[in-house]
Amino acid sequence: MTAPGTHHEHFGIASTTMVHAKGIRKSYGHLEVLKGVDLTVPSGSVACIIGPSGSGKSTFLRCINHLEEINGGLMLVDGDFVGYRLEGNKLYELPPSAICQRRAEIGMVFQQFNLFPHMTVIENLMEAPLRVKREPVAQATAKAIELLKRVGLAEKRDAYPRQLSGGQQQRVAIARALAMNPKVLLFDEPTSALDPELVGEVLEVMKSLAREGITMVVVTHEIGFAREVADQLIFMDGGLVVESGNPREMIANPQSPRTREFLARVL
Amino acid sequence: MTGSQSTRRSADKIDPEQLTIVPLRHPWRWVAVALVLVSVAGMIRSAISNPEFQWPIVAQYLFNPLILDGLWQTVLITAVVMALATLGGTIAALMMLSPSKLLSVPAAAFVWFFRGTPALVQLIIWYNLSIVVKDITLWLPGVGTVYSVSTNDIMTPLVSAIVALSLHEAGYMAEIVRSGLKSVNKGQYEASACLGMNPSLALRRIVLPQAMRIIIPPTGNETINLLKTTSLVSIIAVGDLLYSAQSIYARTFETIPLLLVVSFWYLAVVSIMSVGQFYLEKHFSRDEHRINPGITRAILGNLAKIGRKEALA
Repeated sequence: MTAPGTHHEHFGIASTTMVHAKGIRKSYGHLEVLKGVDLTVPSGSVACIIGPSGSGKSTFLRCINHLEEINGGLMLVDGDFVGYRLEGNKLYELPPSAICQRRAEIGMVFQQFNLFPHMTVIENLMEAPLRVKREPVAQATAKAIELLKRVGLAEKRDAYPRQLSGGQQQRVAIARALAMNPKVLLFDEPTSALDPELVGEVLEVMKSLAREGITMVVVTHEIGFAREVADQLIFMDGGLVVESGNPREMIANPQSPRTREFLARVL
Repeated sequence: MTGSQSTRRSADKIDPEQLTIVPLRHPWRWVAVALVLVSVAGMIRSAISNPEFQWPIVAQYLFNPLILDGLWQTVLITAVVMALATLGGTIAALMMLSPSKLLSVPAAAFVWFFRGTPALVQLIIWYNLSIVVKDITLWLPGVGTVYSVSTNDIMTPLVSAIVALSLHEAGYMAEIVRSGLKSVNKGQYEASACLGMNPSLALRRIVLPQAMRIIIPPTGNETINLLKTTSLVSIIAVGDLLYSAQSIYARTFETIPLLLVVSFWYLAVVSIMSVGQFYLEKHFSRDEHRINPGITRAILGNLAKIGRKEALA
């Protein structure tokens, strides 16, 4: 595999671009859910994707780390493909083991947390560093403890996921993703499954990550969070990016009638 | 109506401190208990007093070396067959869940065939394999015959029994493992994939441990079933527990006492297995506080409680 970053020049994109999506298309059978989506996320920035359900925003997010295969377009993460190898004019799909290596660099946080229920909190955090990256136990343990402190759950290290509240579980899930030192973190509606009073604690953790300069792509319904934290806001509808730009300007003065309509409903 | 009467009394006049709650009585339960006790006592009495049971002979044969040899054979066959069937069943289950038809169709056909024909029939077919296949030969193109052996030399009664029962049992285990694997949430696969785990690592570390909770109870059932099914091998002259007892009562005609000896040992082994299952289930549900009590768990739990009470007294 080529060293990360070497493709940036090859594709003529800035070396500070973390996610580069151009004309992404995706269909399920005859249903086209993504009809040519473009998105550029610079390193260290936060992109928030909003839009009505069925707009394709979650599908697009899952295309970034190749959980969904794309049917067309160019998707580069840190200047390289995730699920393919380019030879001439053809993209050859990689075997699962090679895709896994690339995916390990892309963290993901799910709406349903998806913690491993049969492992304690610290085991959840250490599993991938130990078995995928083959880190020494002492190093993985120290990092896991530090990450748990960072999300404010140091005292829960030996609890099982089901003993935690939804907000706590999601904070553990964020820490678990961070344990792999990802280049970019993807969030798929991270607060949508939470009780309203638990949303704040998760958003706080995400804000602190944004301040630390972690590149994030967030699919969310939290317009307040997007306005405060995002560097760019993307409004998707019907499998297309309808409007994107500075979140404050876009929320205050949406250009497209569809954006205006959507924002009027959720604000 | 008593309901309307009680509501007609002003709620202010009722002192909640004075109220007592009377639980619903179940007088018929006591009648049923009495009936059960009488019948059980009757059965025990008839078992003791009926000379045909010949209890002294039961005691005499309980630790007979021939019987213990048979018991060992039975336990050995059960253990080997279960190990092979679990392995084969897991492979078949993984094949059935594969998106590739090349894997899923043969696995489904395997399960269909070996689950669909009686164990006894399969046993006799394997035992008589030499009628159809005279020699078992490994032949490689270009190399020629590497290894050849007469079927009768390999297919001893014990080997036929193990092969036949393993294949039959693997058919059942495949379905059990498949249901266990399918019970694990799709999100678990995705979460493992996003952490860079390859499919086989995710299967070993994330999916199988969670599937075990669904897999173990029916597997315990299957093991108990298999232990008893092994008695079929007495048909093809494998010296298992039943065969040993039969060979004794063929000489002495003490049929009933020897079958009681056999039943005693089957029950003893099943009881030991149930304890093992209890601890296995406990191991794979460490994260759960409350677990639905299965029958084994209920019995063992109560025994533990009684034990504790006695220790206190």
